[in-house]
Amino acid sequence: MRQGRLPLILTFLLPPLALYGIFVLSPYLQAFQISTTDWMGYSAQADPVGMANFRTLLNDGYVWNALKNNAILLAVVPVVTIGLGLFFASMLTMGGRRGRAGVTGVRGTSVYRLVYFFPQVLSVVIIALLWKEIYSPTSGLLNGALRAVGLATPAWLGDPRFAFWCVLAVMVWSNVGFYVVLFGAAMQAIPRDIYEAVLLDGASRTTMLRKITIPLLWDTIQVAWIYLAIAALDGFILVQLMTNGGPNFSSDVIGLRMYDTSFGSENKFGYASAIGVAMFFLTLSVAVLALRTARRDRIEYS
Amino acid sequence: MNRREILRRSAAAGLLATPAAGLLAGCATSGGGDEGDGGAYKGTKSEQNPLGVAEDAPLEVVIFNGGFGEDYAKAHEAMYKERYPKAEIKHSATAEISKTLQPRFVDGSPPDVVNNSGAGQIDFNGLVSQNALADLGELLAAPSLDTPGKTVKDTLLPGTVEVGSYDGRFLVLNYTYTVYGIWHSTKLFADRGWEDAKTWDDHIALCRRIKAAGIAPWTYAGVHPRYMSWPLISTAIKLGGPSVALAIDNLEPNAWKSDAMKTAADAWHQIVKDKFILAGSPGLDHKQSQTAWCQGKAAFISCGSWLESEQKDVTPPGFNMTVAPTPSLGSGDKLPYEAIRGTAGEPFMVPAKAKNVAGGLEYFRTMLSRKGAQDFTKKVASLPVVAGATEGVDLPYGLSTVVKALDASGSNGFNWVYNNYYRKLERNLVDAACGEFFSGRIGPAEFLDQCQKGADSIAGDSSVKKYKRSA
Repeated sequence: MRQGRLPLILTFLLPPLALYGIFVLSPYLQAFQISTTDWMGYSAQADPVGMANFRTLLNDGYVWNALKNNAILLAVVPVVTIGLGLFFASMLTMGGRRGRAGVTGVRGTSVYRLVYFFPQVLSVVIIALLWKEIYSPTSGLLNGALRAVGLATPAWLGDPRFAFWCVLAVMVWSNVGFYVVLFGAAMQAIPRDIYEAVLLDGASRTTMLRKITIPLLWDTIQVAWIYLAIAALDGFILVQLMTNGGPNFSSDVIGLRMYDTSFGSENKFGYASAIGVAMFFLTLSVAVLALRTARRDRIEYS
Repeated sequence: MNRREILRRSAAAGLLATPAAGLLAGCATSGGGDEGDGGAYKGTKSEQNPLGVAEDAPLEVVIFNGGFGEDYAKAHEAMYKERYPKAEIKHSATAEISKTLQPRFVDGSPPDVVNNSGAGQIDFNGLVSQNALADLGELLAAPSLDTPGKTVKDTLLPGTVEVGSYDGRFLVLNYTYTVYGIWHSTKLFADRGWEDAKTWDDHIALCRRIKAAGIAPWTYAGVHPRYMSWPLISTAIKLGGPSVALAIDNLEPNAWKSDAMKTAADAWHQIVKDKFILAGSPGLDHKQSQTAWCQGKAAFISCGSWLESEQKDVTPPGFNMTVAPTPSLGSGDKLPYEAIRGTAGEPFMVPAKAKNVAGGLEYFRTMLSRKGAQDFTKKVASLPVVAGATEGVDLPYGLSTVVKALDASGSNGFNWVYNNYYRKLERNLVDAACGEFFSGRIGPAEFLDQCQKGADSIAGDSSVKKYKRSA
């Protein structure tokens, strides 16, 4: 029997490992190597240039501008999304006023839960196009509503003051639903009697959320934090489709810089790989930092 | 690691953009090396077969699936097949040229004919500097397929060869003739009793009347504001002569801040200052702004002659769109009012490493035959670069005004090519400056400064190959 196990393990492990190696690890490694060349992408001609691409990167104002926007996304998107997610999830699981002792959600919880999840079902491309129309200055839903109540109607995506924040709002909107469901499920796992005991002790709902729910959900929140932080460093699809980085680079993100450098207005694949490598280390550091700072003792229900 | 090995590694068969994962990465297989097998299929040259096509060699054609569709190309392929029945033709069409074909260029097995167009176009600067394109010179010298006594070059409209040439080598065949101008609806103007103005002062006066009538005089593609750089540069060229464009194309120092450019930018600033632009335009993309224009919300729009077919679905009947040159600034203009920007567009190329280079050239010869060109005009209502291709073809209203404008412009027509030489300069840098300028956030001086800064950054970038033209 023991001899029989090894071939079995190999049969099941080798193919996925090989696939992972070929399609994930090797491209990553090659990107590192390509980032030290001046490869222009349409011939096999690529000369090593050492760290020149990275030096260019340090002095590239457009890259820094894009990084600045990613930093704002990183600071704002996870906080707002998790905040809203927690708020909605706790409303749905324990916001109800029916029967003061019982812990229930608001009326129509199941409907809300379904509706919140809608954006998650749509592809990001559809979300981007949908919101592009909503933000349309002349025929969009948003300006239509503003016009109806007699307010000013800005050009939204066409105005550098708003474009980036418009995309950020869509990013939050499209993510919240998923975290409402995630947090909701985690809250279901918290024993009801804990809440009932706290309620008997006369705690308010905010205290309940702060002192009981969040600590007990900490593992889930931590995971959400890392996911959202990584998403905030990306943002490529929404930005590319909604504003393409404009106007005047005001909504640019680092992923779009990389794409534009290789497949867009230029074909400096070597330099684009350098941007990719920088992005790789940024994402890695952010993930590690998020894990470190969020580490707390695990609470187990007995 | 030696150079050979780096080459082999870089010659990745596929390059996957995985922005979500955060890395641009090549996928290594044992793809071809740097020695391609360009022109593997060769036939014997003869009077009947001046390009030396191997009659049984397969031909692969990749078409950009955009405004023109792909049916016109299928017709050209059928014509090729008629002459070479033994040739097998592989046809495909895509909207994403660069992403689809990039791995095949690296691999050394590109298709024989590529219609490199659209938003996913491959930057020509890079293709040319990497010697990825076959020289089309032989095609120009070959006799026309169905115009006796003339070479292919003789049948082309003026400017076609120049716009496709890099450092004197003809590498890119631009198949359609595009006119860039200011468009209005003849019907709207007739109904309101307006007359299109020929001088800038009259244009501004007309804009005032239009605005007073409750219609926005102008709209533009706020998401692609470079559309507005076209009339602005045209105005400058008509004032200062073609040397204005030459300086810009050759990245001469302060080319964007020439007196002519300054005067033109000051003039165009008027339509921003006087709020002649439809509110919200900065947030509209080209389709949205063109649709607003078709709905009569705005009177003027800047566009190329593809406008009519692009707007086919939303143009009301009897709208009668008309193209006009940019208004003259005054009697000091070097070029007359009628001068208009016309250029060959819709680029086709034969990769240097294509297996059937001769077949690719022969395919171009088929496209440029009178029969091929007329079939194209009928199918997509656009002008090919073949002279006289529209004779006897019923043209739609907008295109007929394009033909008239071209005739009137004659030898005064002008063009610039910095957008071909340095795609990034127009698509990114001048584009961003136009966005700031036409939404009123910066003035004319800052606008030209920003354009010049962009041009300087290209000029100072040693990794970008520079091209010069002399006329």
